Amino acid sequence: MQNGEMLQDKKISIKIKGIRDGLLISLGEGDWPIVQEELLKQIEERSAFFQGARVALDVENHILHAAEMGMLRDKLSDSGVILWAVISNSPTTERTSQMLGLATRISKPKPERVIRSQSASTSLSGDNAMLVKRTLRSGFKISSAGHVIVIGDVNPGAEISAGGNVVVWGRLLGSVHAGVDGGKDAVVCALEMMPKQLRIDDVIGGLPLKPDKKKHVLPEFAMIQGGEILFQEWNQRERGK
Amino acid sequence: MTATIITITSGKGGVGKTTTTANLALALAELGDKVVCIDGDIGLRNLDVVMGLENRIVYDLVDVIEGRCRLRQAMIRDKRMNELYLIPAAQTRDKSSVTPSDMVRLCDQLRDEFDWVLIDSPAGIERGFRNSIAPADVVLVVTNPEISAVRDADRIIGLVEAEEKGPAKLVINRLNLDLVKRGDMLTADDVVELLAIELVGIVPEDASVVVSTNRGQPVVMEAYTKAGQAFRNVALRLKGQEVPFLDLEEKKGFFQNLSNMLRSGGN
Repeated sequence: MQNGEMLQDKKISIKIKGIRDGLLISLGEGDWPIVQEELLKQIEERSAFFQGARVALDVENHILHAAEMGMLRDKLSDSGVILWAVISNSPTTERTSQMLGLATRISKPKPERVIRSQSASTSLSGDNAMLVKRTLRSGFKISSAGHVIVIGDVNPGAEISAGGNVVVWGRLLGSVHAGVDGGKDAVVCALEMMPKQLRIDDVIGGLPLKPDKKKHVLPEFAMIQGGEILFQEWNQRERGK
Repeated sequence: MTATIITITSGKGGVGKTTTTANLALALAELGDKVVCIDGDIGLRNLDVVMGLENRIVYDLVDVIEGRCRLRQAMIRDKRMNELYLIPAAQTRDKSSVTPSDMVRLCDQLRDEFDWVLIDSPAGIERGFRNSIAPADVVLVVTNPEISAVRDADRIIGLVEAEEKGPAKLVINRLNLDLVKRGDMLTADDVVELLAIELVGIVPEDASVVVSTNRGQPVVMEAYTKAGQAFRNVALRLKGQEVPFLDLEEKKGFFQNLSNMLRSGGN
């Protein structure tokens, strides 16, 4: 892992390291335009070395929006560098990389980062919850070790994977896996429940109550009961259980 | 003059991107606007064939970008219209010959001289797609009322949003009225409900599209075709006019209402 090449700049810290999946470039503090320029300069100076490289970028605390990250990806691609992952401590940046279809983790994340990201997000009794306020279109994937809340529709072809519960304030038409690591108690709720596939822990769900969407208006939730996934209308549920 | 740059894309292949591009270009030119089309499908060009300009290609997009000719030299003028040009794609190269920033630069050169720059994107979500949407002001997503095409359109709309080029606009192509009536095809409403973006056109399935494509005479050139009228309406809507959807939509609306009534009656 450590046998790659190390480079370090005096003013702005740019560390380049060989990893199993290509190169890991860590960018230090500083104004983003300057840091980006410095990175591109270094790549240009050593274009033979970087040609065709698969690069994961660790931007640490930089907050990047889609325009900036997209532009950087295009510029890198212009110089023959393939960007496949952007790792960051900032949830905004992580969301941006997910939106652009980039990975947010490399095979072995730094252990300290995992702990930090847990303490940084919304927590209830120690769990992570991720709030996504947008429509998840086909190809989008949300993964979280904690709970996932979506305000918006989850379209066919979109995927949610959560260690805890999943709440969709909208139409659930995509695939959901709740309680990923042994969370048998996890539930999935949606205003309109028509998932392509629903899994809780290792149980793959059957069909929701009413597959005819024109009639289907009541919110539903799904849970494991007797080894199978049971769909129930929300208003029939014993409240406060 | 500042051109609006429209990229026509779909994700899935064969839904009618090229047909839509050619017809919109002619319809806008017919309205008196200055239009240039760029074929973004490098390596698999066919916009020139659909527009009937294949035999006049000397230089192409890659020649311009690599500096082998001036921009003007690669622009083929469509003699049927006053101000309609095509920049064809290279047949012998591939998508990596062009970068997104090349496309942005090229379109910036065209901006001052035209009202519209239409870019025909290739299918897929790779380099060719990214090249095509990089300069876009408006992204037009073409889809068919089929589950696979709609799924891909949804993915494309998500990618366009992620690139902060959204919200995209939607054209539903090849709607087959008979199949819709029988309940065997998604309705335009079904598609719009899922994709949740602005609808700017519904083009019916029409045999005259195939005939005219084979002749290199886009269907808008023929006055009395439904598809041609539908494309002319898309052009007007892009120009900001409010145009009601064609008659076929009303008929469909009636059947839709009827079936809704029956369904709700049984509830």
